[in-house]
Amino acid sequence: MGANIYKNKKPLLLFLLPAFIFMTVFLYYPFFKNILDSFMQIKELGVSGKEWNEPWYSNYVKLATDRNVWTALKNTLIMTIVTIVGQVGIALVLALMVDNIKRGAKVFRTVYFFPIVVSATALGLLFNLIFLYDTGMLNQFLALFGKEELTDWKNEKWALFTMMLPVMWQYVGFYFVIIVTGLNNISEELYEAAAIDGATRLKRVWYLTLPLLHNVLCTCVVLAVTGALKVFDLPWTMFPKGIPLKSTFLTGTYMYYEAMIVKDVDYGSALAVLIVVLGVILSRVVNAIFKEKDY
Amino acid sequence: MKKRKFSVSMSAIYLILILWAVTTIYPIIWVIQNSFKAKDKILENSFALPLGDLFTFANYRRAFENLNIFGAYKNSIFISSMVCAIVILLAGLASFALVRYHFKLRDTLYMMVVAGMMFPAFATVIPVLSMETSWGIAGTKSWWLSMLSIILPQVAGNLSFAIIVLSGYIRSLPIELEESAFLEGCGPVQIFFKVIVPLTKPSFATVAIFSFLWSYNDLFSQMFFLRRPETRAITRLLNELTSNEGTDYGLMAATVSLVIVPVMIVYVFLQKYIIKGMTAGAVKG
Repeated sequence: MGANIYKNKKPLLLFLLPAFIFMTVFLYYPFFKNILDSFMQIKELGVSGKEWNEPWYSNYVKLATDRNVWTALKNTLIMTIVTIVGQVGIALVLALMVDNIKRGAKVFRTVYFFPIVVSATALGLLFNLIFLYDTGMLNQFLALFGKEELTDWKNEKWALFTMMLPVMWQYVGFYFVIIVTGLNNISEELYEAAAIDGATRLKRVWYLTLPLLHNVLCTCVVLAVTGALKVFDLPWTMFPKGIPLKSTFLTGTYMYYEAMIVKDVDYGSALAVLIVVLGVILSRVVNAIFKEKDY
Repeated sequence: MKKRKFSVSMSAIYLILILWAVTTIYPIIWVIQNSFKAKDKILENSFALPLGDLFTFANYRRAFENLNIFGAYKNSIFISSMVCAIVILLAGLASFALVRYHFKLRDTLYMMVVAGMMFPAFATVIPVLSMETSWGIAGTKSWWLSMLSIILPQVAGNLSFAIIVLSGYIRSLPIELEESAFLEGCGPVQIFFKVIVPLTKPSFATVAIFSFLWSYNDLFSQMFFLRRPETRAITRLLNELTSNEGTDYGLMAATVSLVIVPVMIVYVFLQKYIIKGMTAGAVKG
């Protein structure tokens, strides 16, 4: 019967065409065009390439010898580790704690999630004020404890820390919610059985909760890695143009810098290709390490 | 079961949870309270409440005089609502067809949808811009065309997620309702709008919230497509502020507050749906 309604396939086109035209024209075609662009000469944004580069792979030679690329790659890898350890790690600890309390779990959930809703650009401005040298919230706070000299949070020594801390902080609540949802799916009876067998609370977490959360944590790690590669707004607002001394570039911000500020558009395309390749490699690695299991 | 005692460990747990809550809430309270203080007072003592002599509206007055905040809000809301509406309609139709119809290309098309989630905006933005420029949409003086130039790629960027969430939900709907609608003479288009859409409302809400917020917060596309001052959306305006008014901390605090507070109010009322919307993609796919 169900098949009868949908036997006539004519309306299919009406349903499918709009969405798939959009995806073809604005996702698939540009994606492959971008790869082609990275071998071409593009004089300015908004113009498409007419001639091949000389030699055609010159952007990729430049890529391999560009010091900023290596800085960006290094920073992006650090960012990936920070998001995995910081975001998922802190979220896991907080979630395990919330699982133990009886009152207020909902309130914490609401509060922790809030930063994700706020635009990262606004948070970038906010953190600029917090980390202000003379004198933002943090330096004023440290002064309360008798620290006299001011810390320049944006100098070379601290820049990466200052850039990554807000990014990490913003998304903890996201993974927190996912992990709490996973924890709620674990049946209470398992815990009771373990408690009767004499397992302490820590042992229950280690031998019961964590293995049962394995797949949820895998999802989180994959999301954290892909998320780390997409970070743009917050770093660009706090550290535009890779200041200080081009030391804070991430692959995304460097691509933007080359395409929009330096206006080497085809090199920007090559950097975008690099981002895609990096994304594929990293998600392969993550999938290999944190393989999802079937129970 | 052993009685759980409200012990030291319990208090420690609450303490840590509250500490993290403070780190998420206090910076926002801090920036709001400082938006009511003169610039030099922010730098001297930012922890004091803006009471008595400290209190001033000057930052907000400057914000409204120097920056086109209402214009930016209008642009942002227009762009994001359009993105949201088009995504819902197109993704809804496509999901319905992908779930209910059996045809040869179905699996291929679904694969295309899933793979569409993988493309970062970085990898498509340059060709999209040159394509739109050659069509005469991007880089023009017209406000409407500029809006269109950012709406189109943002719609495409959200479709994959929307189709995955919606088709998951439509698949779980019982087909009997559609059958009885069919017996009463409804065609597939009517079935979609009269049966599927009302039943799928919660998922539509999820998708709507996600695509609205995503578009609203997306600085990267706005930097490429909204280059004329009158087309600037709110995040673009904020970014502009850092480079142009970098030392007017009072103005910065006021503008950040003007951007955060409305979002906060909406969040308080819709938080259940927002949290679900933002995490749905993660949990399902």
